[in-house]
Amino acid sequence: MTAPLLEIRDLKVHFNLPRQSLLGPRRVLRAVDGVNLTLHEGECLSIVGESGCGKSTTALTVMGLQEPTSGEVLYKGKPLNGPGAPSRKQRARIAQMVFQDPYASLNPRQTIGSTLLSQLKLHGLASGSEAQDRVAAMLKRVGLQPDHARRFPHEFSGGQRQRIGIARALMLDPQILVLDEPVSALDVSIQAQIINLLMDLQETLRLSYIMISHDLSVVEHVSDRVAVMYFGHVVEEGDWHSVFTRPTHPYTRRLIGSVPDAEAILTGARGVPDGVAIPSGRSFSPDISIRRDPGQSSEPSALVPVGSDHRVRLAI
Amino acid sequence: MSLRFNFALGLALVVLVVLGAVLAGLIAPYDPIMDADLMNSEMPPSWEHWMGTDGQGRDVLSRVLYGARVSLTVGLISQLINSVIGTALGVSAGYFGGWWDDLVNGLTNVMLAIPSLVFALAIMAVLGPGLPSLLLALGLTNWSWTCRIARSSTLSLKNQGFVQAAKTAGFGNFNIMRTQILPNILGPVLVIATLGIGGAVLSEAALSFLGVGIRPPQPSWGNMLSDARELIRTAPWAAIFPGLAIFATVLGFNLLGDGLRDMLDPHMRTRTA
Amino acid sequence: MSQFLPDPVLSVRNLRLGIGKRYEILHGISFDILPGETYGLVGESGSGKSVTGLAIMGLLKRPLSVTGGTIHFQDRDLLKMHPRERRQLRGDRIAMVFQEPMTALNPLVTIGRQIAEMFVIHRGMGWPEARRKAVEALESVRVPAPEERAHAYPHQLSGGMRQRVMIAIALACRPDLLIADEPTTALDVTVQAGVLELMAELCRAEGTAVLLVSHDLGVIANMCQRVGVMDQGRLVEEQDTRNIFTNPLHPYTRGLLAARPRLGSRTPGQRSRLIELDEVVNAKDRGRDMPTLITPRGPQLAPETRA
Repeated sequence: MTAPLLEIRDLKVHFNLPRQSLLGPRRVLRAVDGVNLTLHEGECLSIVGESGCGKSTTALTVMGLQEPTSGEVLYKGKPLNGPGAPSRKQRARIAQMVFQDPYASLNPRQTIGSTLLSQLKLHGLASGSEAQDRVAAMLKRVGLQPDHARRFPHEFSGGQRQRIGIARALMLDPQILVLDEPVSALDVSIQAQIINLLMDLQETLRLSYIMISHDLSVVEHVSDRVAVMYFGHVVEEGDWHSVFTRPTHPYTRRLIGSVPDAEAILTGARGVPDGVAIPSGRSFSPDISIRRDPGQSSEPSALVPVGSDHRVRLAI
Repeated sequence: MSLRFNFALGLALVVLVVLGAVLAGLIAPYDPIMDADLMNSEMPPSWEHWMGTDGQGRDVLSRVLYGARVSLTVGLISQLINSVIGTALGVSAGYFGGWWDDLVNGLTNVMLAIPSLVFALAIMAVLGPGLPSLLLALGLTNWSWTCRIARSSTLSLKNQGFVQAAKTAGFGNFNIMRTQILPNILGPVLVIATLGIGGAVLSEAALSFLGVGIRPPQPSWGNMLSDARELIRTAPWAAIFPGLAIFATVLGFNLLGDGLRDMLDPHMRTRTA
Repeated sequence: MSQFLPDPVLSVRNLRLGIGKRYEILHGISFDILPGETYGLVGESGSGKSVTGLAIMGLLKRPLSVTGGTIHFQDRDLLKMHPRERRQLRGDRIAMVFQEPMTALNPLVTIGRQIAEMFVIHRGMGWPEARRKAVEALESVRVPAPEERAHAYPHQLSGGMRQRVMIAIALACRPDLLIADEPTTALDVTVQAGVLELMAELCRAEGTAVLLVSHDLGVIANMCQRVGVMDQGRLVEEQDTRNIFTNPLHPYTRGLLAARPRLGSRTPGQRSRLIELDEVVNAKDRGRDMPTLITPRGPQLAPETRA
């Protein structure tokens, strides 16, 4: 296996919560509590989980929009945070992000063209008519018209805006795209278009994706590898096929079992496939039967391999 | 419907005052300072003196017109200073957060706690009367609302996708504040500024009335009122007309500001759309 | 067979609504909901499914208004009713569950009081008795420790719990019709399953008819006996739930079903494109009525003309 493109090592992001009383104990929200993930070149790694599980915080840390409490993010072996980290401008060429809400992700007072052009200018990549050409080419690439550059965001539909969001993220030729719920704010019919576009772009531009999503059917469709997060921990991780056909951690199983799937319901073939047997005497962790206080530190646990590329978190 | 009417009325009043100030040199029938005629003092309104004459026989209309220059200069420039200070502090505090935010917040609260007129009075006492010190005194004491609005707008904007995207694209913080945040908070800042101009006109009048603003014989609505104080029984017109001018100007700017706020407020827009 | 069907609880006929006469949003839709039935309205944003629910509730906001058609609730035309009469019906006989429970609940009033209010207003109970009933209602929606939770404010509850409270309020007076507008869209999947199950169970027990408005075909399949598909202000297809998935007739329905990736449909070793709606549906078929598809239910239904 080749060296990973991006590596997240023991990442922790903790937030201080206000004390409940004046002399009460200091409370800490462990949004991300020791996450290890790797992204290989050309791969789509999806992080799934429900609201508050820490998947978005992990993504923001990769983008440098959130400072980690501890741990590191390595790009081709070099740290992206801490001393010696690349500047914001250097970082921009490595990873870019597509945001969830297509309505809040574009500046309402800037034309699409000036949003895209300003990036080229800032990085000194192109100027004058060459820059214009590159903007036009990019708009075409994401399925828009070159003359859309003159328009303002409010003149576009949700799906078109998401295309613009993708164009903006690709303008600097980054290697990694972080997709934060890229289709969850869109209508079903538009979702298919955007997913297809993202898959096409990944192949033609040899991009690597980190996709944050709660929509398991979309995740299954586009991912190479999947990590399931629960209360700040990765509880199951591995090759998409292995995770979806042999979901082993109880939380993963519950997640897959909760997807309201029309055909499965109607044919009565509703059930979650069997998981992998875990070594006897071991138990899953975190225990999902107890909804714990997120501030509370959890029992010691570790990801244990249960297949060639499939790991599950068990209590030690 | 009445909203539109209010805005139009405000606009009309403001335009009237601005025209009076700009064209004072052309339309004022007399010189506001030199044409003192003690023989014709305290004359009631007549065809020669539409607004009568004051205690020193000067034409009240001419003095009101020239006084508009002072009021508008003070109103516009001091509010401009306020807007710049308030926006700069508010945007940077909201954007950076941390100790800078705490500091700006504390300062804003202190400014809000001290009546701004008292603060301005203190500055005037130190700097002495005159137009420049008046501009400074009023320009440094009334930025707290602008600052608050700018800060809260920035707080809600800074986590939106387009600001985050600008960060990940490598833009510097100053650049992001200027190109991404500022254009999106200009609306509310403008509304506050319009309302602030009316307030500044009023403060100028108050300070001049107290004798620490514009020094006589230079006419300002405030010192005209102050001069006319003793004539209120014998020549009320000398007090009524500058008073009406203040009233009309302040009302005009307030209506204009309210109208702007309703027009720029997206919630209002969807409700009427 | 239609002679044996009971009279519908709700009967919408040729309902039109818009901004004045010029901008029409709903171009005349008709459907019936039978007692105890769960009827799904599915469609994408802007299809008119949510405004249909609001029109039945009488909660349309200006400048939107009903411009034509009738809405019969148990043989009384809601649109011809006095506003006061309609208000009394609302919350009592017809209730609604909204998408965002946080905005639908009063943040300054404890949830116990908000439920008790329903009994006080619609049943004329005194507060002490209403409070007891409120605790019972909380228990019925399986809120743990209902006695204590009755004193909680909405912000102290999780999203799923808030939606349970909303359901408790809506079902407090045992309405004949419940309108649920995207009731679980704001919730996590694992929470969603529980809330849907609860809603189905309670309505089945009370014989409450449900109009479920949703964009999610999975949720619809889970809950509904019959489904109406809406597109661009028209009801383009109406069928039994099973048939709509196995034998969709309108091109738009077919497109909608094809465009969704299904869990377990991907074969290992490859990644295929999703089918896009435009590839299945011609633009001319969008929003086009297919009157032959809509089978009239109930004997009193007159054949209708459509534009």
